[in-house]
Amino acid sequence: MTAATTGRRPAVSLPMWQGGGTRMGFFTDSSICIGCKACEVACKEWNGVPDIDTGFTGNSYDNTSALGANSWRHVAFVERPRPDTGDGVQWLMNSDVCKHCTRAACLDVCPTGAIFRSEFGTVVVQDDICNGCGYCVVACPFGVLERREEPDGRAFKCTLCYDRLEVGDEPACAKACPTQSIQFGPLEELRERAEKRLEEVKREPRFAGARLYGESKDDGVGGFGAFFLLLDEPEVYGLPPKPVYRRTDLALLWGAASVAASVLTLGVMGSLRWRRR
Amino acid sequence: MAAPVTAEPRVGGERQMVPRDKPRSYYGLPIVKRPAWTWEVPWYLFTGGTAGGLAAVAIFARGTGEAKLGRRARRLALAGAVVSPALLISDLGRPERFLNMLRVFRPTSPMSLGSWTLAGFGSALGAAEMADFVGLPNVVVGTLEAAAGILGPILANYTAVLLADTANPIWRGGRTILPFVFTGSSVAAAGASLCVAGPPEESVAARRMVAWGTAVEQASFLLMQRRLGPLAEPYRDGPAGRLAKVHRASSLTGAALISVLGRRSRKVAILGGALTLAGSAALRQCVYRAGFQSAADPRYLVDSQREAAAASGQGKTATG
Repeated sequence: MTAATTGRRPAVSLPMWQGGGTRMGFFTDSSICIGCKACEVACKEWNGVPDIDTGFTGNSYDNTSALGANSWRHVAFVERPRPDTGDGVQWLMNSDVCKHCTRAACLDVCPTGAIFRSEFGTVVVQDDICNGCGYCVVACPFGVLERREEPDGRAFKCTLCYDRLEVGDEPACAKACPTQSIQFGPLEELRERAEKRLEEVKREPRFAGARLYGESKDDGVGGFGAFFLLLDEPEVYGLPPKPVYRRTDLALLWGAASVAASVLTLGVMGSLRWRRR
Repeated sequence: MAAPVTAEPRVGGERQMVPRDKPRSYYGLPIVKRPAWTWEVPWYLFTGGTAGGLAAVAIFARGTGEAKLGRRARRLALAGAVVSPALLISDLGRPERFLNMLRVFRPTSPMSLGSWTLAGFGSALGAAEMADFVGLPNVVVGTLEAAAGILGPILANYTAVLLADTANPIWRGGRTILPFVFTGSSVAAAGASLCVAGPPEESVAARRMVAWGTAVEQASFLLMQRRLGPLAEPYRDGPAGRLAKVHRASSLTGAALISVLGRRSRKVAILGGALTLAGSAALRQCVYRAGFQSAADPRYLVDSQREAAAASGQGKTATG
């Protein structure tokens, strides 16, 4: 990852976002999400994402269930008794999306260079390079990536509307959101806005559990490019509580593998007879 | 009631873990995706690993005067090096784009490093076979064998790095021990294939490899499960649990047969070798299937992340 090679193929040699241009992202404020799913629909319309055969899940109003190759926005619905009074209904809704991680596992593990970091700091899959190896699918700490079985099993996910960003427009989901629950903009600005919003929300006793999720540069993946304001623990919304991806972990792994490989080599040498010729 | 939205108090290490009967999850739906690979991948873990172990035999046997054993090892390794990429290419969504694997060299991607290793390994072995066939000097054949022999041990266990460098709880959780599990399994399978392919008097080294390979494999697999704690559940339950039992029975019986009777009877050596090979294949299938079971239940992921965060003191801060 030296700077010497960055000029030739930045997508590959500069996989960790290090600046250059303004990093753009989403702030999804779940406290004002009304669960209309306009984001899901707008995303599908703009990006030509195929429909999914959902059926009826019985999980509140959620028949999308999860992010995947054919669901790039997913509105989660949690129905439960009001926490302050214990009766009635509290409805938590949150529009989930690819986090466009600062340290993106999918990008690091992609063996073809199909996944790259755009000039907006977003993480995008190039469908004309992806060969459908499926590694990003198991690498993503959020279960965002998925192989699209029809027609050929390549991986797809949110592009943060790369094509719209390039012409100065905002992503389709943010544009369609009627309550500004989905906000698009320069990440630094969004972070400031989110801090203020969190203070506001927490003033209400029943939202004492509100927190920002993925806004911190110090978290396990170096912060999200698309972060959230949640009203409860992340796992309640189907999000991992402490997602982690670090290259130092990989170094540890290779260290263990090297020791094991040495054991193999020395062991095989010792197994042979070494009789004098 | 004071702010029960956050049911658990945020007190670092003392936090109550997610109770088993009442998982805090989103309708029990998985958080990380289950592996998207097809049936070829666990078989590749087996063929690639075995070929890697065999290549190590090929280089050193030349030096110890066990030329027949060495040549046999090289040819078996070559067979593995031919089958392995075929399995991997068949698993791809777009097999005609397999060369994209060699489009970039990606140190952060175990799959990229593995693709390059496998490509180099197969080329070196194929070239060594050709050089030997046309009667080129020993030094040429030996150099090519050495190249394959250096890549072989990496091939034998990089797949453990590949599985562990993911978000899958059971693979990630066992990450530093998994390479030893795969290495032991590769050594045992390499030795076993030589016991099957050659007469007992030429297979002394192969029998030793079966013995210590099986020992490393069994011991590190047990150690890994102990370290995983509750995360190891899939290795005991369901399809992966059944494969673990098949693996243990088959590997131990095979190794015992080869160690005790393998030098006297060719037939027993073949039976023992086949059982050891089956045991090694079952282990790869078991580890692979365990990844599906581990991804399916969000409790594994949530509990392990909460525990890790509490252990590192992050549990005190708000989530984010």
